[in-house]
Amino acid sequence: MKGKIRNIVKKRTLLFMCIPAIVFFFIFSYLPMPGVWLAFVRFNYRDGIFGSPFVGLENFRFLILSRQLWNLTRNTILYNVAFIITGNILQITVAILFNEMAGRRLRIYKKVSQSIMFLPYFISAVVIGVFAYNLLNVQTGFINSILKQAGRSTVNFYSIPGLWPFIIVLAYLWQSTGYGSIVYFAAIMGIDSEMMEASEIDGANAFQRIRYIILPCLKPTFVILLLFALGGIMKGNFGLFYNLTGANNMALFETTDIIETFVFRSLNVNFNFSMGSAVGLYQSLFGFVLVMTVNTIVKKIEPDYSLF
Amino acid sequence: MQNNTNNEFVPNVDITKSQGSQKVIDKSQRLIQVIGVVFTGFISLLCILPFVLIISASFTEERSITLYGFSLIPRSVSLDAYNLILRNPRQVLGSYGVTIGMTLIGTMVGLFIIAMTGYALQRPDFPLRNAISFYIYFTTLFSGGLIPFYMMITQTLKLKDNYLAVLLPLLMSPWLIILMKNFLKSIPHSITESATIDGAGDFYIFLKIIFPTAKPALATVGLFLALTYWNEWYNSMLFLSSKVTYRPLQLFLYNTINEARYIRDSAAAANIPAIDIPMESMKMATAVIATGPIIFAYPFVQKYFIQGITVGAVKG
Repeated sequence: MKGKIRNIVKKRTLLFMCIPAIVFFFIFSYLPMPGVWLAFVRFNYRDGIFGSPFVGLENFRFLILSRQLWNLTRNTILYNVAFIITGNILQITVAILFNEMAGRRLRIYKKVSQSIMFLPYFISAVVIGVFAYNLLNVQTGFINSILKQAGRSTVNFYSIPGLWPFIIVLAYLWQSTGYGSIVYFAAIMGIDSEMMEASEIDGANAFQRIRYIILPCLKPTFVILLLFALGGIMKGNFGLFYNLTGANNMALFETTDIIETFVFRSLNVNFNFSMGSAVGLYQSLFGFVLVMTVNTIVKKIEPDYSLF
Repeated sequence: MQNNTNNEFVPNVDITKSQGSQKVIDKSQRLIQVIGVVFTGFISLLCILPFVLIISASFTEERSITLYGFSLIPRSVSLDAYNLILRNPRQVLGSYGVTIGMTLIGTMVGLFIIAMTGYALQRPDFPLRNAISFYIYFTTLFSGGLIPFYMMITQTLKLKDNYLAVLLPLLMSPWLIILMKNFLKSIPHSITESATIDGAGDFYIFLKIIFPTAKPALATVGLFLALTYWNEWYNSMLFLSSKVTYRPLQLFLYNTINEARYIRDSAAAANIPAIDIPMESMKMATAVIATGPIIFAYPFVQKYFIQGITVGAVKG
């Protein structure tokens, strides 16, 4: 113990170098934590967070009885499940297809194609909202103008909730395929090339090489990414949902309202701080328990794959 | 947070290469290549389509948009939208200034702190490295949520309508610190050791030896930070009300799309009657102006992002 303290004192410069970061996370992450007390009071501005009347679990009871908590949880989780499944399938497919492209001309094609697919990652959520508006709006949208030319009636996308699970998943794939396939592509590059050569000598064709070497070698990457994603299954991409659906578009809430958009609304539209905090706390706790559980199970089965 | 090095990727992945010797291309591989070109070609077209659409729309005459809607190629080309924006450039230039300023300051300050922290945390002889790593990592596992965060910024720190409310919370993230740590780990510890023997202090070693040799790492992390600042709109929307004259570029775009007030103001300033406002093409032109710099920088910076993703994506 004494030796350890002496050691810390000796390396105090390294500790000082960490202080800006320590202060940063203290202020912006740890200091707001006691604020979750909001979830247990009926908040009013005059009395502040800790002076407002304590109501116990009343806020949670209301959220459960009104079925709001259930709807938000369902939407958030189902979207994430859809993202994980479609995203990984598409990313792995693209990475494998790119890997099979050899030869000078194909390489140039590959480079151009990969750059284009990666581009959407750099675009802000607001611009993605503009893209959606350009494609989907009922008066001038690209899709509706095509429908009009074909003599069909137009579709008012922004008022049909049933279409949005597909639109949102497509938008997610649009933005993440390039990014995600790079991770898998890097994993393929990390495969021992002797294995590939040996399979060639043994007379394996490209399909067999993919099936018996590349796919099994991608398993660790896949599992780790899956664990990350499962840990975050209660978290939603606010920017994407909010901007795509056209900022607080009530007509679509049934299928597009996730925890983040609900909490944002209780802050900015309904000014119901306590209800928003209750949902936020529920999300944080649920997520925390989920990560811990997944990590413990993984640690038992395959310690190498665990997150921490 | 122990690091299992066996899962780590080799940096500098060359995306133009392929795995396998592939000297002989047989029929099965030819088939996959054909499928691949068709499939990835289709996805690439879908990825580029929205960009083409908004650029085309921004150059289209308003009347043609109202009559026929947005199209892939302008039916009648017009520079009205850009002309109107340039005739009253104060707003756009102000927003550009705010965003460029925040991007520069935020990236430089954040990058320095991230590098310093990352360096200390990867030193095997730093006794507190696991404790501090966990302290940082824990913030990704549990958080107070949006509303307590909002109250903290507005009530405790009193930063409502202050650019600092946007600038400060984005200075660093656990992910970027871990990414930096992983990068700096590849610089041999013996460099630090021999400098220590020569009598150099830890901060001196970081500043004079590590900082200059870690340029690829700094470029990558710096570009991730810069992208975050450039695309920032969320904190701006939360903390900057209409009292702030010059809003960051993305918030300015958001307001243009959703409120269209700025477009009416511009038209009024240029003495254009309300019916003749090129509303739709101006929305698209504003989006083009807000995204343009990223598209131009993209070819030059892409490789750093790929490096960052392959080094930091999987393991903390």
